[in-house]
Amino acid sequence: MSLDKATVQNIAHLARIRVEDERLDAMVGELNAILGWVEQLSEVDTDGVPPLASVTGHGLPMRADEVTEGDLSEKVLANAPDPAGQFYSVPKVID
Amino acid sequence: MSDLITGETGDWEVVIGLEIHAQVTTKAKLFSGAPTEFGAEPNTQVSLVDAALPGMLPVINKEVVRQAVRTGLGLGAKINLVSVFDRKNYFYPDLPQGYQISQYQQPIVGEGEVEVELEDGSEKSIGIERLHLEQDAGKSVHDLHPAKTYIDLNRSGVALMEIVSKPDMRSAAEAGAYVRKMRSILRYLGTCDGNMQEGSLRCDCNVSVRRPGEELGTRCEIKNVNSIRFVQQAIDYEARRQVEIVEEGGEIAQETRLFDPNRGETRSMRSKEDAHDYRYFPDPDLLPLEIEQSFVDALAADLPELPDAKKMRFVEQYGLAPHDADQIVEDRETAEFYESLAEGRDAKLAANWLLGELFAALNKSDNTLADSPISADGFGRLLDMISDGTISGRIAKDVFVEMFESGRDAEAIVEEKGLRQVSDTGAIEALVDGVLAENPDKIAEYKGGKDKLFGFFIGQVMKKSQGKANPALVNELMRTRLDG
Repeated sequence: MSLDKATVQNIAHLARIRVEDERLDAMVGELNAILGWVEQLSEVDTDGVPPLASVTGHGLPMRADEVTEGDLSEKVLANAPDPAGQFYSVPKVID
Repeated sequence: MSDLITGETGDWEVVIGLEIHAQVTTKAKLFSGAPTEFGAEPNTQVSLVDAALPGMLPVINKEVVRQAVRTGLGLGAKINLVSVFDRKNYFYPDLPQGYQISQYQQPIVGEGEVEVELEDGSEKSIGIERLHLEQDAGKSVHDLHPAKTYIDLNRSGVALMEIVSKPDMRSAAEAGAYVRKMRSILRYLGTCDGNMQEGSLRCDCNVSVRRPGEELGTRCEIKNVNSIRFVQQAIDYEARRQVEIVEEGGEIAQETRLFDPNRGETRSMRSKEDAHDYRYFPDPDLLPLEIEQSFVDALAADLPELPDAKKMRFVEQYGLAPHDADQIVEDRETAEFYESLAEGRDAKLAANWLLGELFAALNKSDNTLADSPISADGFGRLLDMISDGTISGRIAKDVFVEMFESGRDAEAIVEEKGLRQVSDTGAIEALVDGVLAENPDKIAEYKGGKDKLFGFFIGQVMKKSQGKANPALVNELMRTRLDG
Protein backbone atom coordinates (compact mmCIF):
# COMPACT_ATOMS: atom_id res chain seq x y z
CA MET A 1 0.00 0.00 0.00
CA SER A 2 1.32 3.38 -0.97
CA LEU A 3 -0.15 6.84 -0.52
CA ASP A 4 0.03 9.53 -3.19
CA LYS A 5 0.22 13.25 -2.60
CA ALA A 6 -3.51 13.87 -3.12
CA THR A 7 -4.43 11.18 -0.60
CA VAL A 8 -2.09 12.62 2.01
CA GLN A 9 -3.57 16.05 1.41
CA ASN A 10 -7.06 14.64 1.86
CA ILE A 11 -6.12 12.84 5.07
CA ALA A 12 -4.66 16.07 6.42
CA HIS A 13 -7.85 17.88 5.48
CA LEU A 14 -10.07 15.25 7.16
CA ALA A 15 -7.89 15.49 10.28
CA ARG A 16 -8.05 19.29 10.13
CA ILE A 17 -4.26 19.54 10.03
CA ARG A 18 -2.83 22.24 7.83
CA VAL A 19 0.08 20.97 5.75
CA GLU A 20 1.90 23.51 3.60
CA ASP A 21 2.52 22.41 0.02
CA GLU A 22 6.28 22.29 0.41
CA ARG A 23 5.92 19.86 3.34
CA LEU A 24 3.71 17.46 1.37
CA ASP A 25 6.36 15.53 -0.52
CA ALA A 26 8.32 14.86 2.64
CA MET A 27 5.16 13.80 4.45
CA VAL A 28 4.20 11.37 1.69
CA GLY A 29 7.59 9.73 2.15
CA GLU A 30 7.31 9.57 5.94
CA LEU A 31 3.80 8.12 5.94
CA ASN A 32 4.71 5.52 3.31
CA ALA A 33 7.72 4.49 5.37
CA ILE A 34 5.48 3.99 8.42
CA LEU A 35 2.95 2.01 6.39
CA GLY A 36 5.72 -0.12 4.93
CA TRP A 37 7.03 -0.89 8.39
CA VAL A 38 3.59 -1.91 9.68
CA GLU A 39 2.96 -3.90 6.54
CA GLN A 40 5.67 -6.38 7.54
CA LEU A 41 2.98 -7.85 9.81
CA SER A 42 1.21 -9.20 6.76
CA GLU A 43 4.12 -11.59 6.23
CA VAL A 44 2.85 -13.60 9.23
CA ASP A 45 0.40 -16.33 8.28
CA THR A 46 -2.75 -15.67 10.35
CA ASP A 47 -5.15 -17.96 8.49
CA GLY A 48 -7.51 -19.55 10.99
CA VAL A 49 -6.19 -17.50 13.91
CA PRO A 50 -8.97 -15.59 15.67
CA PRO A 51 -8.35 -11.86 16.26
CA LEU A 52 -6.79 -11.16 19.65
CA ALA A 53 -7.88 -7.91 21.28
CA SER A 54 -6.06 -8.35 24.57
CA VAL A 55 -3.50 -10.62 26.17
CA THR A 56 -4.73 -10.06 29.73
CA GLY A 57 -7.61 -12.52 29.45
CA HIS A 58 -10.00 -10.02 31.00
CA GLY A 59 -13.21 -9.14 29.20
CA LEU A 60 -14.66 -5.68 28.75
CA PRO A 61 -15.18 -4.17 32.21
CA MET A 62 -18.71 -2.90 32.81
CA ARG A 63 -20.31 -0.38 35.16
CA ALA A 64 -23.70 -0.56 36.88
CA ASP A 65 -26.42 1.81 35.66
CA GLU A 66 -25.94 4.33 38.44
CA VAL A 67 -25.51 8.07 38.36
CA THR A 68 -22.12 8.73 39.92
CA GLU A 69 -21.19 12.03 38.33
CA GLY A 70 -22.74 15.32 37.24
CA ASP A 71 -23.04 18.92 38.43
CA LEU A 72 -19.50 19.52 37.28
CA SER A 73 -20.31 22.35 34.90
CA GLU A 74 -17.73 24.67 36.44
CA LYS A 75 -14.97 22.13 36.07
CA VAL A 76 -16.19 21.03 32.68
CA LEU A 77 -16.23 24.60 31.38
CA ALA A 78 -13.02 25.63 33.16
CA ASN A 79 -10.91 25.11 30.04
CA ALA A 80 -13.42 26.48 27.56
CA PRO A 81 -11.85 29.48 25.80
CA ASP A 82 -15.09 31.38 25.42
CA PRO A 83 -17.88 30.14 27.71
CA ALA A 84 -21.24 31.93 27.62
CA GLY A 85 -23.10 31.39 30.85
CA GLN A 86 -23.35 27.64 31.25
CA PHE A 87 -22.71 27.02 27.56
CA TYR A 88 -19.58 26.55 25.53
CA SER A 89 -19.60 28.96 22.65
CA VAL A 90 -17.95 28.65 19.25
CA PRO A 91 -18.07 30.72 16.07
CA LYS A 92 -21.46 30.22 14.42
CA VAL A 93 -21.82 26.84 12.72
CA ILE A 94 -24.55 26.66 10.15
CA ASP A 95 -25.43 23.49 8.34
CA MET B 1 -49.47 -1.72 -1.29
CA SER B 2 -47.03 0.33 -3.25
CA ASP B 3 -47.86 3.89 -4.14
CA LEU B 4 -46.31 4.79 -7.46
CA ILE B 5 -45.61 8.41 -8.23
CA THR B 6 -46.95 9.52 -11.56
CA GLY B 7 -44.48 11.82 -13.27
CA GLU B 8 -44.48 13.51 -16.68
CA THR B 9 -42.85 10.50 -18.29
CA GLY B 10 -44.51 7.62 -16.44
CA ASP B 11 -44.62 5.94 -13.08
CA TRP B 12 -41.88 5.97 -10.45
CA GLU B 13 -41.40 3.84 -7.39
CA VAL B 14 -40.00 5.33 -4.20
CA VAL B 15 -37.61 3.18 -2.17
CA ILE B 16 -37.20 3.99 1.51
CA GLY B 17 -34.91 2.73 4.24
CA LEU B 18 -34.98 4.19 7.74
CA GLU B 19 -32.39 4.59 10.46
CA ILE B 20 -34.07 5.04 13.82
CA HIS B 21 -32.05 6.49 16.67
CA ALA B 22 -33.63 5.37 19.92
CA GLN B 23 -32.35 6.63 23.24
CA VAL B 24 -31.86 3.68 25.56
CA THR B 25 -33.82 4.06 28.79
CA THR B 26 -31.11 4.19 31.45
CA LYS B 27 -30.21 6.37 34.41
CA ALA B 28 -26.59 6.89 33.36
CA LYS B 29 -24.84 7.35 30.03
CA LEU B 30 -23.34 4.72 27.74
CA PHE B 31 -19.74 5.11 28.94
CA SER B 32 -19.97 7.40 31.97
CA GLY B 33 -21.86 7.82 35.24
CA ALA B 34 -23.45 11.16 34.27
CA PRO B 35 -27.27 11.34 34.32
CA THR B 36 -29.47 11.25 31.22
CA GLU B 37 -32.57 13.14 32.33
CA PHE B 38 -34.17 15.44 29.79
CA GLY B 39 -34.36 19.19 30.30
CA ALA B 40 -31.54 19.83 32.81
CA GLU B 41 -29.57 23.10 32.93
CA PRO B 42 -26.87 23.23 30.22
CA ASN B 43 -23.71 21.23 30.89
CA THR B 44 -24.81 20.01 34.33
CA GLN B 45 -25.04 16.37 33.25
CA VAL B 46 -21.58 16.10 31.82
CA SER B 47 -18.76 13.98 33.20
CA LEU B 48 -15.15 14.47 32.25
CA VAL B 49 -15.54 11.47 29.93
CA ASP B 50 -18.45 13.12 28.12
CA ALA B 51 -16.46 16.33 27.74
CA ALA B 52 -13.61 14.24 26.27
CA LEU B 53 -10.93 15.57 28.58
CA PRO B 54 -7.59 13.91 27.86
CA GLY B 55 -6.92 10.64 29.64
CA MET B 56 -10.55 9.84 30.41
CA LEU B 57 -11.54 6.25 29.67
CA PRO B 58 -14.98 4.94 28.69
CA VAL B 59 -16.52 2.14 30.80
CA ILE B 60 -19.65 0.58 29.35
CA ASN B 61 -22.99 0.68 31.19
CA LYS B 62 -24.19 -2.91 31.62
CA GLU B 63 -27.86 -1.92 31.48
CA VAL B 64 -27.38 -0.54 27.95
CA VAL B 65 -26.14 -3.95 26.83
CA ARG B 66 -29.11 -5.64 28.47
CA GLN B 67 -31.59 -3.26 26.83
CA ALA B 68 -29.99 -3.60 23.39
CA VAL B 69 -30.19 -7.39 23.59
CA ARG B 70 -33.82 -7.25 24.75
CA THR B 71 -34.64 -4.93 21.83
CA GLY B 72 -32.93 -7.30 19.41
CA LEU B 73 -34.96 -10.19 20.82
CA GLY B 74 -38.15 -8.13 20.52
CA LEU B 75 -37.35 -7.57 16.84
CA GLY B 76 -36.82 -11.28 16.33
CA ALA B 77 -33.23 -10.49 15.40
CA LYS B 78 -29.94 -12.33 15.61
CA ILE B 79 -27.98 -11.45 18.76
CA ASN B 80 -24.23 -11.29 18.21
CA LEU B 81 -22.36 -12.68 21.21
CA VAL B 82 -19.28 -10.71 20.18
CA SER B 83 -19.54 -7.12 19.02
CA VAL B 84 -16.97 -4.37 18.61
CA PHE B 85 -16.95 -0.63 19.30
CA ASP B 86 -15.38 1.57 16.65
CA ARG B 87 -14.53 5.22 16.34
CA LYS B 88 -16.42 7.15 13.69
CA ASN B 89 -14.28 10.19 13.02
CA TYR B 90 -15.63 13.62 12.16
CA PHE B 91 -15.41 17.14 13.47
CA TYR B 92 -18.31 19.10 14.83
CA PRO B 93 -18.45 21.41 17.85
CA ASP B 94 -21.00 19.26 19.66
CA LEU B 95 -18.74 16.20 19.37
CA PRO B 96 -15.92 16.92 21.82
CA GLN B 97 -14.04 13.64 21.24
CA GLY B 98 -13.68 14.33 17.52
CA TYR B 99 -15.16 10.86 17.03
CA GLN B 100 -18.33 9.09 17.98
CA ILE B 101 -18.00 5.68 19.61
CA SER B 102 -20.26 3.46 17.55
CA GLN B 103 -20.34 -0.08 16.17
CA TYR B 104 -19.48 -0.60 12.53
CA GLN B 105 -18.67 -4.03 11.16
CA GLN B 106 -19.71 -6.04 14.22
CA PRO B 107 -22.93 -4.66 15.72
CA ILE B 108 -24.53 -6.21 18.80
CA VAL B 109 -27.70 -7.16 16.87
CA GLY B 110 -27.98 -8.47 13.32
CA GLU B 111 -30.88 -9.12 10.95
CA GLY B 112 -34.49 -9.19 12.10
CA GLU B 113 -37.98 -8.39 10.94
CA VAL B 114 -40.97 -6.24 11.84
CA GLU B 115 -44.58 -6.75 10.72
CA VAL B 116 -46.49 -3.58 9.99
CA GLU B 117 -50.20 -3.18 9.32
CA LEU B 118 -51.02 -0.86 6.43
CA GLU B 119 -54.05 1.36 5.99
CA ASP B 120 -55.85 -1.11 3.75
CA GLY B 121 -55.59 -3.73 6.49
CA SER B 122 -52.86 -5.75 4.75
CA GLU B 123 -49.62 -6.66 6.50
CA LYS B 124 -46.09 -6.19 5.29
CA SER B 125 -42.83 -7.44 6.66
CA ILE B 126 -39.99 -4.88 6.88
CA GLY B 127 -36.48 -6.25 7.23
CA ILE B 128 -34.10 -5.05 9.93
CA GLU B 129 -30.50 -4.86 8.80
CA ARG B 130 -28.88 -4.36 12.19
CA LEU B 131 -29.04 -2.62 15.56
CA HIS B 132 -25.90 -1.07 16.98
CA LEU B 133 -25.00 0.95 20.05
CA GLU B 134 -23.49 4.41 19.85
CA GLN B 135 -23.05 7.66 21.73
CA ASP B 136 -25.29 10.64 21.19
CA ALA B 137 -23.63 13.99 20.45
CA GLY B 138 -24.20 17.24 22.37
CA LYS B 139 -26.70 19.88 21.33
CA SER B 140 -25.86 22.93 19.22
CA VAL B 141 -27.97 26.00 19.88
CA HIS B 142 -27.84 28.39 16.94
CA ASP B 143 -30.39 31.00 17.91
CA LEU B 144 -29.10 32.53 21.15
CA HIS B 145 -26.38 34.71 19.64
CA PRO B 146 -26.08 36.28 16.18
CA ALA B 147 -22.47 35.21 15.61
CA LYS B 148 -22.05 32.22 17.88
CA THR B 149 -23.26 28.70 18.37
CA TYR B 150 -23.76 27.58 21.95
CA ILE B 151 -22.99 24.02 22.94
CA ASP B 152 -24.69 21.97 25.65
CA LEU B 153 -23.05 18.57 26.24
CA ASN B 154 -25.83 17.10 28.42
CA ARG B 155 -26.77 14.70 25.66
CA SER B 156 -23.16 13.92 24.84
CA GLY B 157 -22.51 10.26 25.54
CA VAL B 158 -26.14 9.27 26.09
CA ALA B 159 -26.69 5.71 24.82
CA LEU B 160 -28.48 5.32 21.50
CA MET B 161 -29.58 2.27 19.60
CA GLU B 162 -29.40 2.87 15.88
CA ILE B 163 -31.86 0.53 14.22
CA VAL B 164 -31.28 0.26 10.48
CA SER B 165 -34.03 -1.10 8.26
CA LYS B 166 -33.58 -2.70 4.87
CA PRO B 167 -34.79 -0.56 1.95
CA ASP B 168 -38.13 -2.36 2.09
CA MET B 169 -40.61 0.49 2.23
CA ARG B 170 -42.36 1.80 -0.88
CA SER B 171 -44.44 4.72 0.35
CA ALA B 172 -44.51 7.41 3.02
CA ALA B 173 -47.47 5.61 4.60
CA GLU B 174 -45.42 2.40 4.94
CA ALA B 175 -42.57 4.36 6.51
CA GLY B 176 -45.02 5.95 8.96
CA ALA B 177 -46.48 2.56 9.86
CA TYR B 178 -42.97 1.18 10.41
CA VAL B 179 -41.94 4.00 12.76
CA ARG B 180 -45.20 3.62 14.68
CA LYS B 181 -44.66 -0.10 15.03
CA MET B 182 -41.03 0.29 16.07
CA ARG B 183 -42.00 2.88 18.66
CA SER B 184 -44.69 0.58 19.97
CA ILE B 185 -42.28 -2.38 20.33
CA LEU B 186 -39.64 -0.23 22.06
CA ARG B 187 -42.20 1.11 24.50
CA TYR B 188 -43.56 -2.36 25.27
CA LEU B 189 -40.02 -3.52 25.96
CA GLY B 190 -39.31 -0.40 28.00
CA THR B 191 -35.99 0.01 26.21
CA CYS B 192 -36.80 3.50 24.85
CA ASP B 193 -39.58 5.86 25.91
CA GLY B 194 -40.30 6.69 22.26
CA ASN B 195 -40.76 10.39 23.00
CA MET B 196 -40.17 12.09 19.66
CA GLN B 197 -40.72 15.66 20.94
CA GLU B 198 -37.88 15.26 23.42
CA GLY B 199 -35.71 13.60 20.80
CA SER B 200 -35.65 10.15 22.42
CA LEU B 201 -36.64 8.73 19.03
CA ARG B 202 -35.36 10.32 15.82
CA CYS B 203 -35.35 9.15 12.29
CA ASP B 204 -33.02 9.44 9.29
CA CYS B 205 -34.81 8.66 6.03
CA ASN B 206 -32.97 7.27 3.01
CA VAL B 207 -35.00 7.98 -0.10
CA SER B 208 -34.45 7.15 -3.75
CA VAL B 209 -36.68 6.72 -6.80
CA ARG B 210 -36.59 4.28 -9.73
CA ARG B 211 -38.72 2.89 -12.50
CA PRO B 212 -40.65 -0.06 -10.99
CA GLY B 213 -38.49 -3.18 -11.05
CA GLU B 214 -35.30 -1.44 -12.14
CA GLU B 215 -32.01 -0.88 -10.30
CA LEU B 216 -31.97 1.29 -7.20
CA GLY B 217 -31.51 5.01 -7.83
CA THR B 218 -29.08 7.30 -6.01
CA ARG B 219 -30.34 8.01 -2.52
CA CYS B 220 -30.49 11.08 -0.35
CA GLU B 221 -30.52 10.92 3.42
CA ILE B 222 -32.85 13.23 5.33
CA LYS B 223 -31.44 13.69 8.83
CA ASN B 224 -33.06 13.91 12.24
CA VAL B 225 -36.75 13.94 11.47
CA ASN B 226 -38.58 14.06 14.79
CA SER B 227 -42.21 13.16 14.21
CA ILE B 228 -44.07 10.50 12.27
CA ARG B 229 -45.99 13.14 10.36
CA PHE B 230 -42.74 14.86 9.36
CA VAL B 231 -41.24 11.53 8.27
CA GLN B 232 -44.12 11.13 5.84
CA GLN B 233 -44.03 14.74 4.65
CA ALA B 234 -40.27 14.65 4.15
CA ILE B 235 -40.43 11.43 2.13
CA ASP B 236 -43.28 12.67 -0.06
CA TYR B 237 -41.50 15.93 -0.76
CA GLU B 238 -38.12 14.30 -1.38
CA ALA B 239 -39.51 11.65 -3.74
CA ARG B 240 -41.27 14.28 -5.86
CA ARG B 241 -38.14 16.42 -5.92
CA GLN B 242 -36.07 13.51 -7.17
CA VAL B 243 -38.63 12.54 -9.82
CA GLU B 244 -38.63 16.11 -11.15
CA ILE B 245 -34.84 16.21 -11.36
CA VAL B 246 -34.55 12.86 -13.13
CA GLU B 247 -37.36 13.64 -15.56
CA GLU B 248 -35.68 16.88 -16.51
CA GLY B 249 -32.61 14.87 -17.41
CA GLY B 250 -30.68 15.70 -14.26
CA GLU B 251 -28.89 13.43 -11.82
CA ILE B 252 -29.50 12.97 -8.11
CA ALA B 253 -26.52 14.01 -6.02
CA GLN B 254 -25.99 11.66 -3.08
CA GLU B 255 -26.17 14.00 -0.12
CA THR B 256 -27.47 14.67 3.34
CA ARG B 257 -30.57 16.84 3.54
CA LEU B 258 -32.56 18.54 6.26
CA PHE B 259 -36.33 18.63 6.55
CA ASP B 260 -37.76 22.06 7.27
CA PRO B 261 -41.17 21.48 8.89
CA ASN B 262 -42.21 25.13 8.46
CA ARG B 263 -41.79 25.01 4.70
CA GLY B 264 -42.55 21.32 4.30
CA GLU B 265 -39.44 20.83 2.16
CA THR B 266 -35.99 19.26 2.32
CA ARG B 267 -32.79 21.16 1.59
CA SER B 268 -29.17 20.26 1.12
CA MET B 269 -27.15 20.11 4.34
CA ARG B 270 -23.64 19.12 3.47
CA SER B 271 -22.04 17.58 0.43
CA LYS B 272 -21.04 13.97 0.33
CA GLU B 273 -17.26 14.36 0.01
CA ASP B 274 -16.46 14.73 3.69
CA ALA B 275 -19.62 13.37 5.15
CA HIS B 276 -19.06 9.69 4.47
CA ASP B 277 -15.34 9.44 4.99
CA TYR B 278 -15.49 8.52 8.65
CA ARG B 279 -12.31 6.41 8.79
CA TYR B 280 -13.79 3.89 11.23
CA PHE B 281 -11.38 1.86 13.31
CA PRO B 282 -11.79 -0.27 16.46
CA ASP B 283 -11.71 1.89 19.58
CA PRO B 284 -8.48 0.99 21.38
CA ASP B 285 -10.04 2.07 24.70
CA LEU B 286 -12.67 -0.67 24.56
CA LEU B 287 -12.26 -4.44 24.37
CA PRO B 288 -14.76 -6.35 22.26
CA LEU B 289 -18.13 -6.75 23.98
CA GLU B 290 -18.65 -10.44 24.72
CA ILE B 291 -21.88 -11.80 26.15
CA GLU B 292 -22.97 -15.33 27.08
CA GLN B 293 -25.76 -17.24 25.36
CA SER B 294 -27.21 -17.94 28.82
CA PHE B 295 -27.50 -14.17 29.42
CA VAL B 296 -29.42 -13.83 26.14
CA ASP B 297 -31.65 -16.81 26.93
CA ALA B 298 -32.55 -15.43 30.35
CA LEU B 299 -33.58 -12.10 28.79
CA ALA B 300 -35.57 -13.89 26.08
CA ALA B 301 -37.49 -15.86 28.72
CA ASP B 302 -38.41 -12.65 30.47
CA LEU B 303 -39.73 -10.53 27.58
CA PRO B 304 -43.21 -9.04 27.99
CA GLU B 305 -46.06 -9.89 25.63
CA LEU B 306 -45.34 -7.78 22.54
CA PRO B 307 -47.88 -6.00 20.29
CA ASP B 308 -48.17 -8.74 17.64
CA ALA B 309 -48.83 -11.47 20.19
CA LYS B 310 -51.22 -9.25 22.12
CA LYS B 311 -53.10 -8.39 18.95
CA MET B 312 -53.56 -12.08 18.11
CA ARG B 313 -54.75 -12.78 21.62
CA PHE B 314 -57.24 -9.89 21.52
CA VAL B 315 -58.67 -11.14 18.23
CA GLU B 316 -59.11 -14.64 19.68
CA GLN B 317 -60.04 -13.87 23.25
CA TYR B 318 -62.27 -10.82 22.70
CA GLY B 319 -63.41 -11.43 19.14
CA LEU B 320 -62.05 -8.06 17.97
CA ALA B 321 -61.57 -7.16 14.31
CA PRO B 322 -57.80 -7.24 13.52
CA HIS B 323 -57.78 -3.55 12.67
CA ASP B 324 -59.43 -2.59 15.98
CA ALA B 325 -57.06 -4.88 17.87
CA ASP B 326 -54.14 -3.20 16.09
CA GLN B 327 -55.23 0.23 17.26
CA ILE B 328 -55.77 -0.95 20.82
CA VAL B 329 -52.43 -2.74 21.20
CA GLU B 330 -50.25 0.05 19.74
CA ASP B 331 -49.79 1.51 23.22
CA ARG B 332 -49.31 -0.80 26.14
CA GLU B 333 -51.30 1.59 28.37
CA THR B 334 -54.25 1.53 25.97
CA ALA B 335 -54.15 -2.26 25.86
CA GLU B 336 -54.14 -2.43 29.66
CA PHE B 337 -56.99 0.11 29.86
CA TYR B 338 -58.94 -1.98 27.37
CA GLU B 339 -58.41 -5.21 29.23
CA SER B 340 -59.69 -3.81 32.49
CA LEU B 341 -62.62 -2.25 30.62
CA ALA B 342 -63.50 -5.48 28.80
CA GLU B 343 -63.16 -7.67 31.90
CA GLY B 344 -66.58 -9.18 32.58
CA ARG B 345 -68.27 -6.99 29.93
CA ASP B 346 -69.27 -7.12 26.28
CA ALA B 347 -65.76 -6.94 24.78
CA LYS B 348 -66.86 -5.55 21.44
CA LEU B 349 -69.01 -2.86 23.05
CA ALA B 350 -65.96 -1.94 25.13
CA ALA B 351 -63.74 -1.74 22.01
CA ASN B 352 -66.28 0.38 20.14
CA TRP B 353 -66.68 2.86 22.97
CA LEU B 354 -62.94 3.04 23.63
CA LEU B 355 -61.96 3.56 19.98
CA GLY B 356 -65.02 5.65 19.19
CA GLU B 357 -66.09 7.99 21.95
CA LEU B 358 -63.07 8.05 24.26
CA PHE B 359 -60.40 8.30 21.56
CA ALA B 360 -62.36 10.95 19.67
CA ALA B 361 -62.79 13.02 22.83
CA LEU B 362 -59.10 12.64 23.76
CA ASN B 363 -57.97 13.62 20.27
CA LYS B 364 -60.30 16.59 20.20
CA SER B 365 -59.00 17.88 23.53
CA ASP B 366 -55.40 17.07 22.51
CA ASN B 367 -54.96 14.65 25.37
CA THR B 368 -53.69 11.12 25.71
CA LEU B 369 -55.18 8.24 27.65
CA ALA B 370 -52.89 9.06 30.56
CA ASP B 371 -54.74 12.38 31.00
CA SER B 372 -58.18 10.86 30.55
CA PRO B 373 -60.70 12.29 33.04
CA ILE B 374 -62.54 8.96 32.81
CA SER B 375 -60.98 5.89 34.43
CA ALA B 376 -61.39 2.40 33.02
CA ASP B 377 -63.55 1.62 36.04
CA GLY B 378 -65.82 4.68 35.61
CA PHE B 379 -66.06 4.08 31.88
CA GLY B 380 -66.97 0.46 32.57
CA ARG B 381 -69.85 1.50 34.84
CA LEU B 382 -71.27 3.61 31.99
CA LEU B 383 -71.13 0.58 29.69
CA ASP B 384 -72.82 -1.50 32.40
CA MET B 385 -75.74 0.94 32.39
CA ILE B 386 -76.14 0.42 28.65
CA SER B 387 -75.91 -3.35 28.95
CA ASP B 388 -78.46 -3.64 31.73
CA GLY B 389 -80.89 -1.28 29.99
CA THR B 390 -80.66 1.53 32.55
CA ILE B 391 -79.94 4.01 29.76
CA SER B 392 -80.02 3.78 25.99
CA GLY B 393 -76.89 3.95 23.86
CA ARG B 394 -78.05 7.34 22.61
CA ILE B 395 -78.39 8.77 26.11
CA ALA B 396 -75.08 7.16 27.07
CA LYS B 397 -73.33 9.35 24.53
CA ASP B 398 -74.65 12.47 26.24
CA VAL B 399 -73.68 11.08 29.65
CA PHE B 400 -70.21 10.32 28.26
CA VAL B 401 -69.74 13.92 27.10
CA GLU B 402 -70.62 15.17 30.55
CA MET B 403 -68.38 12.61 32.25
CA PHE B 404 -65.49 13.67 30.04
CA GLU B 405 -66.03 17.36 30.77
CA SER B 406 -66.71 17.14 34.50
CA GLY B 407 -64.97 13.93 35.52
CA ARG B 408 -68.15 12.91 37.39
CA ASP B 409 -69.62 9.42 37.70
CA ALA B 410 -72.06 8.09 35.14
CA GLU B 411 -74.52 7.08 37.90
CA ALA B 412 -74.58 10.55 39.42
CA ILE B 413 -75.19 12.22 36.06
CA VAL B 414 -77.97 9.80 35.12
CA GLU B 415 -79.71 10.24 38.48
CA GLU B 416 -79.38 13.99 38.59
CA LYS B 417 -80.73 14.51 35.10
CA GLY B 418 -83.33 11.78 35.29
CA LEU B 419 -81.94 9.98 32.25
CA ARG B 420 -82.99 6.47 33.18
CA GLN B 421 -84.44 4.67 30.26
CA VAL B 422 -88.19 4.29 30.39
CA SER B 423 -88.98 0.60 30.04
CA ASP B 424 -92.42 0.82 31.60
CA THR B 425 -94.77 -0.62 28.96
CA GLY B 426 -97.73 1.44 30.13
CA ALA B 427 -95.82 4.73 29.91
CA ILE B 428 -94.51 3.93 26.45
CA GLU B 429 -97.92 2.81 25.24
CA ALA B 430 -99.28 6.18 26.30
CA LEU B 431 -96.60 7.94 24.26
CA VAL B 432 -97.25 5.73 21.25
CA ASP B 433 -100.94 6.35 21.39
CA GLY B 434 -100.38 10.07 21.76
CA VAL B 435 -98.24 10.20 18.64
CA LEU B 436 -100.70 8.14 16.62
CA ALA B 437 -103.61 10.32 17.74
CA GLU B 438 -101.78 13.42 16.53
CA ASN B 439 -101.09 11.98 13.07
CA PRO B 440 -104.19 10.36 11.56
CA ASP B 441 -103.17 11.48 8.03
CA LYS B 442 -99.73 9.82 8.36
CA ILE B 443 -101.35 6.61 9.55
CA ALA B 444 -103.49 6.59 6.44
CA GLU B 445 -100.41 7.11 4.26
CA TYR B 446 -98.59 4.34 6.11
CA LYS B 447 -101.46 1.91 5.65
CA GLY B 448 -101.52 2.98 2.00
CA GLY B 449 -98.02 1.51 1.59
CA LYS B 450 -95.62 4.28 2.66
CA ASP B 451 -93.58 1.95 4.91
CA LYS B 452 -90.89 4.49 5.58
CA LEU B 453 -93.22 6.40 7.87
CA PHE B 454 -92.63 3.77 10.54
CA GLY B 455 -89.35 5.50 11.30
CA PHE B 456 -91.16 8.82 11.60
CA PHE B 457 -93.51 7.45 14.27
CA ILE B 458 -90.63 5.97 16.25
CA GLY B 459 -88.78 9.26 16.01
CA GLN B 460 -91.76 11.17 17.36
CA VAL B 461 -92.10 8.85 20.34
CA MET B 462 -88.39 9.10 21.15
CA LYS B 463 -88.66 12.87 20.92
CA LYS B 464 -91.60 12.99 23.30
CA SER B 465 -89.70 10.82 25.76
CA GLN B 466 -86.64 13.09 25.46
CA GLY B 467 -84.70 10.10 24.25
CA LYS B 468 -85.39 8.09 27.36
CA ALA B 469 -87.85 5.54 26.00
CA ASN B 470 -86.41 2.08 25.53
CA PRO B 471 -86.08 1.96 21.72
CA ALA B 472 -86.68 -1.78 21.49
CA LEU B 473 -89.92 -1.49 23.43
CA VAL B 474 -91.09 1.51 21.41
CA ASN B 475 -90.49 -0.48 18.25
CA GLU B 476 -92.35 -3.48 19.51
CA LEU B 477 -95.36 -1.52 20.74
CA MET B 478 -95.55 0.61 17.61
CA ARG B 479 -95.41 -2.51 15.49
CA THR B 480 -98.31 -4.02 17.43
CA ARG B 481 -100.40 -0.87 17.10
CA LEU B 482 -99.80 -0.28 13.40
CA ASP B 483 -99.48 -3.76 11.95
CA GLY B 484 -101.01 -5.93 14.65
